[in-house]
Amino acid sequence: MTTSTSTGTTMQRQRFIGMSTGTFETVAERGRLRFFAEVIGDADPIRTDLAAARAAGYDDLPVPPTFLMGLDAERPDGFGYLTEMGVDLRHVLHGTQAFDYHRVAVANEPLTYRSRIDDVFEKSGGALQFIVRTVEVRDAADAPVADLRSTIIERRPRSAA
Amino acid sequence: MTVAWQDVTEGTELPELALPPITRATLALFAGASGDHNPIHIDRDVAESAGLADVFAHGMLSMAYLGRLLTGWAPQDRLRSYEVRFGAITPVHGRPVCTGTVTRIGEIGGERIADLDLRVTLEDGTVTLTGGARVALT
Repeated sequence: MTTSTSTGTTMQRQRFIGMSTGTFETVAERGRLRFFAEVIGDADPIRTDLAAARAAGYDDLPVPPTFLMGLDAERPDGFGYLTEMGVDLRHVLHGTQAFDYHRVAVANEPLTYRSRIDDVFEKSGGALQFIVRTVEVRDAADAPVADLRSTIIERRPRSAA
Repeated sequence: MTVAWQDVTEGTELPELALPPITRATLALFAGASGDHNPIHIDRDVAESAGLADVFAHGMLSMAYLGRLLTGWAPQDRLRSYEVRFGAITPVHGRPVCTGTVTRIGEIGGERIADLDLRVTLEDGTVTLTGGARVALT
């Protein structure tokens, strides 16, 4: 995990717009979903009990609405794209997060994540830099499961530019 | 557990979800469970090196709590979209309260859709998250 110093002007970073931040396949494991439900205090039996999930119409434990973003962090280089752009992780805030759902993903189904940098811009005279990333999640039949969009904000109190 | 759809109107409020105080243990476990290992949320030394007094909660933890508000109200397969803006950080020991209100009901793609206004508020009144969701009613 890097905590390197922030480098790169907004203009320098804008050349990353359109850059892929990776394609990879993953699954939500049942054990991980049960752990997630426990941590956030979700006591709905469909989160932990396979029979309850199936009775509710799901083929396996349903992946909670925000967990898809968690799986994205499992891509091979993790926060590597931020490091490559010169972002100091200590100064990063999550600005916005959006999900469009096509259907509910379930545990153990192969999910393909394809992501890219969509936009880079600054506000407050460069004190805040915004990086927008979109992530497409598709299933084994290449049908869309969800589209994710995140804005990461780097606070740059003493301008690194 | 879920609502009677015919009774949902503009102005319908979702049952509030009040969470216990967020502990350091919760942050450590959420880092592992969610996959967000940024040390700023779990290692005070790193937080201090960034000029902060302490670690603070993952924004996605509050979004996950707000997700519970949604899926506690409507089955998850009715959730069409969900988005938030993170407006303020949640300190350790903060007690988030999740609320939601139906602001509009309309037709989208042949479905009857409720637009929800969502927010997470701490006990001192700080609004940490604002956002929205679309839920299919029929």
